[in-house]
Amino acid sequence: MAVKQVNPTRMELTRLKKKLNTATRGHKLLKDKRDELMRRFLEMVRENRALRMKVEQALAKANGNFVLAKAAMSDETLKAALLAPKQEVYVSTSYRNIMSVDIPVFDTETRTPDPNDIYSYGFAFTSADLDDAVLSLSEILPDLIKLAEIEKSCQLMADEIEKTRRRVNALEHVMIPETREQIRYITRKLDENERSTQTRLMKVKDMMLQQAHGY
Amino acid sequence: MSNRIAVVGDKESIYGFAALGLDPFVYEEGEEGTLMFKRLCQNESYSIIYVTEAAAMTLDKEIEKYRSAPSPAIILIPGVSGNTGEGLSAVRRSVEKAVGSDIFND
Repeated sequence: MAVKQVNPTRMELTRLKKKLNTATRGHKLLKDKRDELMRRFLEMVRENRALRMKVEQALAKANGNFVLAKAAMSDETLKAALLAPKQEVYVSTSYRNIMSVDIPVFDTETRTPDPNDIYSYGFAFTSADLDDAVLSLSEILPDLIKLAEIEKSCQLMADEIEKTRRRVNALEHVMIPETREQIRYITRKLDENERSTQTRLMKVKDMMLQQAHGY
Repeated sequence: MSNRIAVVGDKESIYGFAALGLDPFVYEEGEEGTLMFKRLCQNESYSIIYVTEAAAMTLDKEIEKYRSAPSPAIILIPGVSGNTGEGLSAVRRSVEKAVGSDIFND
């Protein structure tokens, strides 16, 4: 592996050792984070799938009801019936933190507390099928909101997991080995320097002895 | 912070939601529809946007952009034209992204 050029000094060595220490600790932490995120994610995604299947089935049924309702009355009447809705749904978003991912929590509120306000029309000119259709749809609404919450959370967590995994891999396969390599290089260089000083000193000592005493 | 919920799709699929008090937006394929959807996503007063699968097919690019954004939550729902399975495959994509492969393959 190509080693980046580093100064073979003691100061650099201490710095690199510290860096390696931090990297190893960071790697361990990130790995734990990834594992925990994954566990939560899998739990959530399972719930997501189940809920989605349920909602899709219910929606298909509600849509069927609407088609039925439409068949029983004219287009104009239907449009007029649904033109001015009485009810309004507000959603307030708060955030919950799961392993540093902010996942949304949706709380819904309706404008009026009366559950019958979903029928925005007089019952005289519309078919009973429309009532059924609207009712079936309103029954799904809480699940739909929940689905939005869970699905968005899953998307956000998937994103975070991918990021964390990249970081873990970068630390594990690039940063840590590279730093180790650099540390090894410096240690060797320092050792070599020390040996060369040692031999030089021995040589000088020999020469001085030769000069002073003749041996 | 009180936000609204938007429903985007063809007329038949979404007008029922209007009765419940969600805001319906009729989507028609083309530049105008895309522009409307873009504006809807940027509009901060909508925190959930339901999109019918049929509409989502042509809005794929826009939806993808908001996958990793904290808001809004764009959720696919089946329309009257039937269930294309696009919603579930969106879930599958999340799994693939996180795990590396689809482990709920069934």
